[in-house]
Amino acid sequence: MSNQIHPVASLLAAIARGISGVQVQWAGCEPDERQRIYFANHSSHLDFVVLWSALPSEIRARTRPIAAKDYWEETPLRRYLTKNVFHAVFLERGSPSKGKHAEEGHFVGRHLIEEMAEALGTENSLILFPEGTRGTGEKVGPFRSGLYHLAMRRLDVELVPAYLENLNRILPKGEYLPVPMLSLLTFGKPLHVEPHEEKDAFLERAREAVASLRRIGPA
Amino acid sequence: MIQAIHDAKLVWLYGGVLFVLLISALIGGILKNRHRTDASRTTIDNLNARIRAWWKMCAIFATAVVIGRVGSLILFGIISFLAMREYMTLVPTRRGDHRTLFWSFFVIMPLQYYLIGNQWYILFAIMIPVLACIFIPPSIAIAGDTEHFLERASKIQFGIMVCVYSLSYAPALLLLKIPGYEGHDARLLLYLVVVDQMSDVLQYVWGQLIGKHKIAWRVSPNKTWEGFVGGVVSATALGTALWWATPFTPLQSAGMSLMICILGFNGGLVMSAIKRDIGIKDFGVVVEGRGGILDRIDSLCFAAPIFYHLVHYYFAL
Repeated sequence: MSNQIHPVASLLAAIARGISGVQVQWAGCEPDERQRIYFANHSSHLDFVVLWSALPSEIRARTRPIAAKDYWEETPLRRYLTKNVFHAVFLERGSPSKGKHAEEGHFVGRHLIEEMAEALGTENSLILFPEGTRGTGEKVGPFRSGLYHLAMRRLDVELVPAYLENLNRILPKGEYLPVPMLSLLTFGKPLHVEPHEEKDAFLERAREAVASLRRIGPA
Repeated sequence: MIQAIHDAKLVWLYGGVLFVLLISALIGGILKNRHRTDASRTTIDNLNARIRAWWKMCAIFATAVVIGRVGSLILFGIISFLAMREYMTLVPTRRGDHRTLFWSFFVIMPLQYYLIGNQWYILFAIMIPVLACIFIPPSIAIAGDTEHFLERASKIQFGIMVCVYSLSYAPALLLLKIPGYEGHDARLLLYLVVVDQMSDVLQYVWGQLIGKHKIAWRVSPNKTWEGFVGGVVSATALGTALWWATPFTPLQSAGMSLMICILGFNGGLVMSAIKRDIGIKDFGVVVEGRGGILDRIDSLCFAAPIFYHLVHYYFAL
């Protein structure tokens, strides 16, 4: 993949910043060129663009989103935006790890983790929404296990939690027109998987790390 | 454009504002280094923040006046947008309000300023209180969420009335046809803004200096009777002294200023009550650096419509 920012990407980032009036706070770390996985709560189509636009441009050029294949490859416009504009990494949404078909889920999972690890390469960063789907914005849902497996696969990469606040009111799921309210984005303290840490314990800790960055709180 | 620059009284009025601003900036700078206690430092910081905001407002205002009526409409349109954005961000709304909010921001608000620009007097006066306020409740109802329905409808109606409708009366002053005052309406707008903002800050300063008896301590601990009387009297005196820039006699100017000051106080009081209700101190604090516009213009929103109608009734054709 090229490390050039697509002009449409810059344009969309500027529009998203304007509409969301986002105020960015690096509370737990500073912007850094090292490889990172940014993971955040998910409640709006604007989430990725707003988070991406908050990064300095050198970092932005090397930061790719993870996009759900079933949704983002459905129409030509979605495919163009994710593939050409944002150089997204496409993933098939597997069943959550605790499903009935745990066996099958595990198999699909391993394949996906390899794809994500490959996308990270030696210099890229990723933006990931571990809830797997957009929620209502009221609370942070349970995380899928991909974050844990990817973190175990690439222990050298920093995991940075982030909280996107109010974007669910600006462009909620199911709406196409935004309402220009103000929003907040807070980056927290980087995490790592502790030695001997269980998968579920880590995922809960990561979820807590995101949820604790909320500044205004539920209305 | 040329007209604005050739209006000597407007230049004097504007020069006076810049002069006062320069003096206050100097005093603010000196006081900043003098005061050591936390309480006085907070006061000085508050004043310096206001002064910084006024520099910006002055620059924008001058640009708008030079461009003319369209410039002022765009300026106040932007202020309305920013104020309503702050208001709607902090007032709880629900998912079912989304489309109504979209209409409020992107249709009703621009339409209001468009109507003023096109001098549709009657329509601009009834568009929001009659048409929009009838449109808002059913458009929320159609989304199907009945939870807190009445509150939600009222919150949106109130927000749009204050941030858009009331504020739009300030640039609407430029449309008034006052015999013998043609082409000087920019002065009237500047007069309203200056008296209103000075009343705000003088009430604050008097309150900090000699304030003791709180007016409504639950609503705002900063508002005292001493501050209110001191601020209103001194801002009214200032407004009276500016009669030469207006179509009023000195006595009429005193009456107008007094009314602007008292209504402005009410605006601040109501907005403080809303802030207490939501549980925040300033509309600006939650969104540092981006907010605070509503804190500055709350008094103007209450004073502008009545000032407009008084001038319209007694002075304009």
